[in-house]
Amino acid sequence: MRATPKRDNYDIVVIGAGPAGLAATVFAAEAGLSALLLDENPGPGGQVWRAISSTPVAEREQLGADYWAGADLVQAVRSSGAEIIHRATVWSLDRNLEVGVSVGGASAFINARRVVLATGALERPFPIPGWTLPGVMTAGAAQTMLKSSGLVPDGRTVIAGQGPLLWLLAAQILRLGGRIDRILDTTERRNHIAALPHAFAFMTSPYFAKGLAMMREVRAKVRVVTGVNELSAEGDGQLATVTYAAGDRRETIPAGLLLLHQGVVPNVNLAMAAGVEHRWDDRQLCWSPVVDDKGNTSVEGIAIAGDGAGIAGMEAAVFRGRIAARAAVQALAPEEAAKLAPMAMLRTNLARAERGRAFLDTLFRPARQFRIPKGDTIVCRCEEVTANDILDAVAIGATGPNQLKAYRRTGMGPCQGRLCGLTVTELMAEARGKSPQEIGYYRLRAPVKPITLSELAAVAKTEADVNAVVRG
Amino acid sequence: MTRLVDAIVVGGGIHGCSTALHLSLAGMKPVLIEKDYAGRHASGVNAGGVRQLARHVAEIPLSIRSMGIWEGIGELVDDSCGFESHGQVLVAENDAEFDACRARVAELNALGFTHEELIDGPELRRLVPAVAETCPGGVVSRRDGAAEPARTTTAFRRKAAAQGATVCEGVAASNIRREDGLWRVDVGADSYAAPVLVNAAGAWAGRIAAALGEPVPVETVAPMLMITSRVPHFIDPVVILRGRKLSFKQFANGTVLIGGGHLAAADQDRNETVLDWRSLAVSAGTVFDLFPVMRSASIVRAWAGIEARTLDDLPVLGPSARHAGLYHQFGFSLHGFQLGPGAGAVMAELIVNGGTQTRIGELGIDRFCSFNPANEDETL
Repeated sequence: MRATPKRDNYDIVVIGAGPAGLAATVFAAEAGLSALLLDENPGPGGQVWRAISSTPVAEREQLGADYWAGADLVQAVRSSGAEIIHRATVWSLDRNLEVGVSVGGASAFINARRVVLATGALERPFPIPGWTLPGVMTAGAAQTMLKSSGLVPDGRTVIAGQGPLLWLLAAQILRLGGRIDRILDTTERRNHIAALPHAFAFMTSPYFAKGLAMMREVRAKVRVVTGVNELSAEGDGQLATVTYAAGDRRETIPAGLLLLHQGVVPNVNLAMAAGVEHRWDDRQLCWSPVVDDKGNTSVEGIAIAGDGAGIAGMEAAVFRGRIAARAAVQALAPEEAAKLAPMAMLRTNLARAERGRAFLDTLFRPARQFRIPKGDTIVCRCEEVTANDILDAVAIGATGPNQLKAYRRTGMGPCQGRLCGLTVTELMAEARGKSPQEIGYYRLRAPVKPITLSELAAVAKTEADVNAVVRG
Repeated sequence: MTRLVDAIVVGGGIHGCSTALHLSLAGMKPVLIEKDYAGRHASGVNAGGVRQLARHVAEIPLSIRSMGIWEGIGELVDDSCGFESHGQVLVAENDAEFDACRARVAELNALGFTHEELIDGPELRRLVPAVAETCPGGVVSRRDGAAEPARTTTAFRRKAAAQGATVCEGVAASNIRREDGLWRVDVGADSYAAPVLVNAAGAWAGRIAAALGEPVPVETVAPMLMITSRVPHFIDPVVILRGRKLSFKQFANGTVLIGGGHLAAADQDRNETVLDWRSLAVSAGTVFDLFPVMRSASIVRAWAGIEARTLDDLPVLGPSARHAGLYHQFGFSLHGFQLGPGAGAVMAELIVNGGTQTRIGELGIDRFCSFNPANEDETL
C-alpha cells in the first residue's frame, strides 16, 4: 500500500471502500481499467464491514454472518490489481473529475476519466433536548468502537430510536457482554399499519428472517418500551437521566450513556460539492442524488453507488457498485465489458436485494417530533443555534438554508451541515409552508472534510509556483 | 399585469439593494428584481473588506463617501452588518515595495487625500505582530475594516423593503425594453414600468448593457476565498500584501479568511464556479511562510462568487450615454463591496436630483463608447 497515488491520471477513481466501492473496484480493475480506490479508514470495509481485516472481535457469531461476508470482497480487491490507498481523505471533486485528496499530511490532485462515489450513509440527526450533552452519542459511533476495538458499554446504558441498525447494534453489544438497561423504541404505532401493504415483499427479502431473529434475541435480554413519542436527555454538563413518554406513561430513568439512532441517510456532501443534482426523497425523508439505472449522475463521468445513492443496504450496495463499474468499463473499454457479468443479471440481483426496502422505510420512518425540534433544542451544534433561533430568522426574512447562513452561520462550521442540514431544511420548510424540495439545502463546498493549511500548502507544485513562494 | 413604479432596479447585490434603499429613503417607490436571492453571488460571499486602502484614484471620492455611510451603518439599516473598524494594512515585503508605498502616499497627499498613511517596520509590527521581521513597512488606512457581506446585503434588502421598495426574488428580469417613454421589464407573469431603470446586475449587467446598445468590455470572474478553523487571536487589521495575491483577516470568532484574487472558473449560466485548488494551494503556501501561527489551522471551506470585471478595473457608475432614464452601476472588478453603500446613495442623488456632489466623473460608461445622444434612437 503506497502513501500517495502512483499516477496523476486513472481510468477510474472509486471513493469509499465499503461494499459498493469494493465491488466497483474489483469489477473495474479486473476488466483492465487503471483503478484507484481511496478510503479514509485505516482498512477496507466501510461502516458495515468496518475493521474487517483488523477487528479484535474473534468469535464470528458475535458480529454476525453479514459482517464476515465482506472478507471475500476484500480479498478480491487486494488481488484485482487496483491501487488502494487508506487513510486518504478526499476533500474535493469537481465537474472536471479532478479529485483533491490528502494522504499522509500532503494533498495531491488526481484526474479521472470516471469517478464512482461510494461514500455511503450517515446517521440521521436526532435533535432532542439534551442531545449535545456528553454521554449522548450516536449508535453508529458506539458501533465503530465495538467493531474497531471490541469496546462495549458497561455502565447504565439506554438505546433510543428505531431502525434495523439499532437492533443490530443492540444484539452485537449483548453478544460481546455489554450492558443495555433499556431500549426506547420510537417507531410510531401507525407506521405498522402504513407498512402493511409492503409486508409481503419484505417477507421475501433477505432481511426478514434475520431481522426478526435479531429483535427476538434482544427482547429476550432487555426491556423494550415501544411507542415512545417524547424523549429528552438531562444532566448538568454530563448525561444523568433520560426522560421519555409512551402513551400515558412518562418516566425518568438514570443513564450514563444514551445511544441515539433513527436510521441513516445518504452522505451527500462530496456529490453535492461536485455539482450533482439532488432531489428530496419523500419516503426516506432525505436528499438523494438523481441517478439513472447505471448510477450515473447529472455530472458527466460521476456515478454514485451504494447507500450514497439512496439507502438500500449492504447487498444492494454491492450490486450497485458492480453496475456502476460495468457502465464505466462499457464506456472506456467496451471490448472488456463483454467478459463481465451481463447488466441485466446485475439488475435482477439488485432488484432482489432492494426488495422489502419500502417496508423498512415506511415502518421506520422517523416521527415528526424527532426530526423537527422545538424551542431551545439545539439544531446546529457547531454554532449552537436553536430551533427558535431559526424560526426567528425565518420571521425576519431568511427563506432557505443558504440565506439562513447570513443570520445564524448554520452549516458553516466544521461539520458542513452533516449534523444539522436535514433538520434545517425540514424546520424551515414547515415554518414557511413549503416542501423540503422548494426550501432546498446548503450549497456545499470543498473541502468537504477540513484539511490543514500545511496539507494544502504541501500540494505538489510546478517549479514556478515553488519559486514564487520562496522568500528572498 | 403591468405595475407602474418610480424606478426599476435590476440586481439584488449590495449595489442594487443600496440603490433601492436610498431611492426609498428619498421618497420613491422602486422595485428591486433579483433572479436568485439578494446576496446570492459576489455581494453575499466576498471577503467583506471595507477598504479605502490602495484604491485607484478615480474611485477614491466614492470610497470616502461610502466610508462615511459605513460608519453609521447600524442606524441606516438597523443592523450592525458585523462592521468592525480595525484598519487595513498593506505590507511591503522588501525595500522596492516600500519605495512604491512611499511614492503612492506622497501622490495621494498631493491630491489632498490623507486616508493612507506610510508606516515603518516597528509600526507595522505593532499593528501586525505576526508579520515577518524582514518586512520594512507598509501603508495603513486606519478607518478601514471589514463587515459580514451576506448579512450586510440582506440588511440593505430588508431595510429597502421596510421603506416601501418592492423586492422580487427568484425570477429574472427579462425583456428589458423602452416603450412610450417608460422602461419596461417582465418578471415572470408580471411586468413593471418606470421612468428609471438601474442596471446593477453584477456579472449579468454586461449583457444588459450590451442588449441596450452600450457594450462595455467586461468579463465574468469569480475570486476565490477560503476560511480556516478557529485559531487563537493574533491579528486585528485586514492585511494585504503589496507584491503577491494575498489578503487575510481574522474574525472575532477566531476564523481566518484568506483571499487575494486568485480566480475560479465561473459558469454564470449554471450559477456555478469550479475552484482552482492549485492556486489556493499557492495562497496556503504564502500564509504558511509568512504566518507560522496559521500552520496548524484547518481549511474549513472555500468558495467563489461570480462578478464582473471591466477592462480598466474600474466600475461603471452613472447615467447611460445613450438612453434617458437608464443608469449603470456594475463592473466593480473585485472591489465593490465597500463602495455599495456610497454608490447607492450617489445613484439615488443622480436619479432624484440629477446630480451628485461626489466626484464620479471618471467612472462613466462614456469612457468605453462615444455615442452622440442627439442621434439616439428611442425605439430599441
